[in-house]
Amino acid sequence: MIVANRKNIREIRDMIKDHKRVLLVGCGTCVTVCLAGGERETGILGSALRMALKLDDREGVVVDECTIERQCDDAFIDALGSHGAEYDAICSFGCGAGVQALAERFPKTAVYPGLNTQFMGILEAQGVWTEKCSGCGNCRLGEFAGICPITRCSKRLFNGPCGGSRDGECEVREGLDCAWQLIYDRAREIGMLDKLESIATPHDWSSGLDGGTRKVVREDQCIAGLGPKA
Amino acid sequence: MAENEPLIIAFCCHYCAYAAADLAGSMRLQYPTNVRVLKLPCTGKLEVNYLLTAFERGVDGVIVAGCLEGGCHFLEGNLRARRRVERAREILGEIGLEPERVEMFNLSSAEGPRFAQIVTEMSTRLTKLGPSPLRPERTTLEEGVRELTLQAEANLSGEKHDRCQP
Ligand code: SF4
Ligand code: SF4
Repeated sequence: MIVANRKNIREIRDMIKDHKRVLLVGCGTCVTVCLAGGERETGILGSALRMALKLDDREGVVVDECTIERQCDDAFIDALGSHGAEYDAICSFGCGAGVQALAERFPKTAVYPGLNTQFMGILEAQGVWTEKCSGCGNCRLGEFAGICPITRCSKRLFNGPCGGSRDGECEVREGLDCAWQLIYDRAREIGMLDKLESIATPHDWSSGLDGGTRKVVREDQCIAGLGPKA
Repeated sequence: MAENEPLIIAFCCHYCAYAAADLAGSMRLQYPTNVRVLKLPCTGKLEVNYLLTAFERGVDGVIVAGCLEGGCHFLEGNLRARRRVERAREILGEIGLEPERVEMFNLSSAEGPRFAQIVTEMSTRLTKLGPSPLRPERTTLEEGVRELTLQAEANLSGEKHDRCQP
């Protein structure tokens, strides 16, 4: 899932400072699960923001909130109906994709992020999330016993470990697992150590972040006239 | 009730604090009258936004009273409530309201006198802090607290609501 955490209330208050009617929009998918921007968290932020504005003598500012099922899917934004256009600003409690989806849907309304989107990751323990994938567009987990060296090795080594691996910990930060220790241990467990004996080839970064916006198209799913945009 | 007296909401667990408040009454113990008791099936039902909504309505302080640690009927509801109270305190601090306006207490159903003592202690603390800067005039405040109680009751009875109704 996409993991995010909320911005500081003061930062949000400053972002919306020129607006009179603000709608906080929560998202019912990833950010609900990571307890950052679901219905409950958006409600908490709404309450806190209204109080903060009152304490600043800006009592006239209207702050309402509502949560839709999924912000990154235009069909679900329908649930907002005409509400969105009734406000002069929207503060999204979705991930960065959600914020931008709302901005596309409401071209005349200022849209702000209420969250800091962090990474794609998993729930490690109650209340703890860790990063697992960087979306490189060319997954090579099969070569590394299912542990991603791009995301989890601090130096992104494809042929690790480096000399800084100590007792399973990475030299970069205390308490950080060395990805290469994990790769080695797991490869041994599943009888794949031989895979680590050959040099891993350089990664094809052309499918990665740096070549402009990426797009996935499934022609068989595209309906004539409804996209994809040329 | 005097205009400048602090208004306190007490979220009380059905199994302990609520019974203790009842006992305090039966024992004819004296404690400040400026507290409104709201019964929860367990303090674990308490959400951070219940606490914030109370402050938004302008109450001066909030008491959360659950069972003794280790004695929760739902095992760890009171421990969860304590963490939620901590989170609410952080948020209050972030927006510039005194975090000590909300506090979690633990007591058993046999502790009527302790309930009276908790209310007295919070009332004294809040009188020292002064009224909440968010406090509206008295009748609006009382009305807000009544609405909050009704909302909490609806919530507890599991009434559904529309998620997208700004
Ligand atoms: S190799 Fe690429 S796609 Fe696979 S987990 Fe790592 S970053 Fe994600
Ligand atoms: S110690 Fe391990 S995780 Fe850290 S940089 Fe070296 S190989 Fe990567």
